[in-house]
Amino acid sequence: MDKIAIVGASQTKYVRRKKSEIFYDMVYEVTTKAMEDAGYTLEDIDSVITISNDFWDGRTISCMAVQEAAGAHDKNVSTIEGDGAFGAFYGAMRVLSGFGTTLVVAHSKGSEGDLKVITNAMFDPIYHRPLGLDAISSSALQASVYMERYGITEQQCALVSVKNHKNAKNNPYAQLPMDITVDDVMRSKKIADPIKLLDCSPISDGAAAIIIANEERAKKAKTKPVWIKGIAHCSDAYFLGDRDLADPVSLKDASKKAYTMAEIKDPVSEIDVVELYDAFSYMEPLWLEGMGICDAGQGGQLIEKGITVMGGKLPVNPSGGVLSAHPVLVAGLVRIIEATLQLRGEGGAHQIKGAKTVLAHGINGPCGQSHCVWILGSE
Amino acid sequence: MARRVAIVGTGQTYHKSHRLDVNGRELINEAVTRALADCELSIADIDAIIIGNMDHFESINYVDTWSVEGSGGYMKPIMKVTTGGTTGASVAIAAYYHVASGLFDKVLAIGWEKNSESDTTAAIVTCSDPIWDRFSYSGAIPSLATEASAYMEQYGATQEDAARVAVRERSHALNNPYAQMYNRPITIQDVMESAMLAYPIKLLDVCPRTDGACAVVFAAERVAEKIAVNPAWVKSCSVRHTTTWFGDVDYDTGMLSLQRASKEAFANAGIKNPVEEIDVAELYLPYSYAGLKWIEAIGFCGPGQGPKFIWDGNTDMGGKLPINPSGGVMCTNCIGATALLRVAEAAIQVMGKGDARQVPDVKTAMATGFGGCWWSDVVILSKEKP
Repeated sequence: MDKIAIVGASQTKYVRRKKSEIFYDMVYEVTTKAMEDAGYTLEDIDSVITISNDFWDGRTISCMAVQEAAGAHDKNVSTIEGDGAFGAFYGAMRVLSGFGTTLVVAHSKGSEGDLKVITNAMFDPIYHRPLGLDAISSSALQASVYMERYGITEQQCALVSVKNHKNAKNNPYAQLPMDITVDDVMRSKKIADPIKLLDCSPISDGAAAIIIANEERAKKAKTKPVWIKGIAHCSDAYFLGDRDLADPVSLKDASKKAYTMAEIKDPVSEIDVVELYDAFSYMEPLWLEGMGICDAGQGGQLIEKGITVMGGKLPVNPSGGVLSAHPVLVAGLVRIIEATLQLRGEGGAHQIKGAKTVLAHGINGPCGQSHCVWILGSE
Repeated sequence: MARRVAIVGTGQTYHKSHRLDVNGRELINEAVTRALADCELSIADIDAIIIGNMDHFESINYVDTWSVEGSGGYMKPIMKVTTGGTTGASVAIAAYYHVASGLFDKVLAIGWEKNSESDTTAAIVTCSDPIWDRFSYSGAIPSLATEASAYMEQYGATQEDAARVAVRERSHALNNPYAQMYNRPITIQDVMESAMLAYPIKLLDVCPRTDGACAVVFAAERVAEKIAVNPAWVKSCSVRHTTTWFGDVDYDTGMLSLQRASKEAFANAGIKNPVEEIDVAELYLPYSYAGLKWIEAIGFCGPGQGPKFIWDGNTDMGGKLPINPSGGVMCTNCIGATALLRVAEAAIQVMGKGDARQVPDVKTAMATGFGGCWWSDVVILSKEKP
């Protein structure tokens, strides 16, 4: 793979409801800021990828509304519908194919949609929708299988919420910086057994953008380039009953491919920070298992041992993660941006000193059916 | 640097207004199975998949993950591309970049739509801005009617001129058993007497709604030549989403996005005189008047000369530059697949697999996509390596 890098990044602050901005206002904000960050003007952008979803936007051809705001008016442009990590993947492929630069921008206004209706629509209309399955209830099924199989406890999952909301206190963009205890999580309202309110990510509004450049164009950017070392994605089967929900096989496959590409042999010792898609607290240990950070069933203990906290051996989600701000579609791109900030040394209060290799991760579909893994490096 | 990429196989369903015999995933699988058979590959050979449709037509969210049993995406990378009417071409172009990037060798592009499960106009209406555009330009027809009226006023084109385009598409579809309007020829009189939808557009001036799917296999240079005897090389592809608001479209000037995308695609493919150098075109013409005006935007003839170019028979089978040997969009319109069908049909022509609809001695073929807010995609395919 040719050398390509992230040279610009920006995000909005994530809030429950952005009353004063419609979604193309947010897209304009992050597009402009990402170019400022890179020291680029619109003329430096060769190609654009926007990320949107007709269900979340309540618009057919939802990408239509953001073309102008994304600076795509007279450029080669396309749209990925799915998580931002996948959209950025397409952006990277465009740069590898000869575009000097590609801007990737995602937006989401969770406040304007009905999460239950929208995520119910990802299930089979005949067999599964009438059951009322949605993002939360399907994830509860996954959490149950996982916890039952390996004896993962609700307290261990609660520790993830405690850690990530605490980390969010150091991230000015996060929506839910909080000091909470395991008891607070355990006593919070039951949403879908075993998931409680404080195990859940919030509904969020926000947008994010990155600029990917080839080696030559990266030299013209004013930022320190963050190199894309390995990227891969993979999908599991669709029907929940066809999957082993406690065994994230598609994440294992994507991780393995990304590690091979990045020449990583021992992820635990070679990766300095992980930013992963923790829509619910149980996902963090489960995804870490899929990434090969620990063995199957060991995720709970990994959390308990404090390995993933700030100052631990392998900090996970120093930004506060998706639990602290969940703009759907944007969230995977945010993981890439947080990795970028860590590698530039611009993490501020949540900087991990000396981070040289960071893993960023996004998911698509119910219960992490599809996973996208990014390995980014400063060298 | 970009690797050379070729199309090595195509597959499409038989198209009908209502395919009640299959569900969406089965429809997709029908096209995928045919595309793989066409290039003698199995799903195990495919490294990645790109799929596209319009969400609100079937009301399925995250079609990439939903489709896996039909598309063959189990334990493969699959992502969804969607850009409105241009979706199919956007999917093809994404497949091209998948391979050109060097990350994947054999990539499957899928477009599909089961329009019978949708209220098409109700779904399309919401593409317009709810405050500024929705009350004037809702659905597919209003902005097209504006363009057609402006074109007739400007150049004196007539409804009969447009009808000639509709007649051409239906007569070409006589050669394409896959077309929804297969074996349903019409006359200019039929078009003129059909119901007026929005002046000057009548029922037989517009595309139908179709259930159908299309799949196309793209491969990298070193494998493409082993897979296909005559691969269709991707010479260039270009996209312009020039406008965001229907109110910003200048209906008096040419089709701006198509002008710009064509210009760039021709330049990158080394084409100086398109009408001489292109042997066949599969154009996304959603209504008959586009067959007059948009060929001017591409540069096949000068402004206002579309009607004469058509009446002279240049675009008929056996003419100088046959357009839509398949019958085009006005004979088959499964929206998410429609623009991919253009790319597939162009590839079929280059590969010499067109049977009754084959244009002789095709070296270079052009495919376009149309959608969104007057957006255009252009793909140039050739027998020659780029």
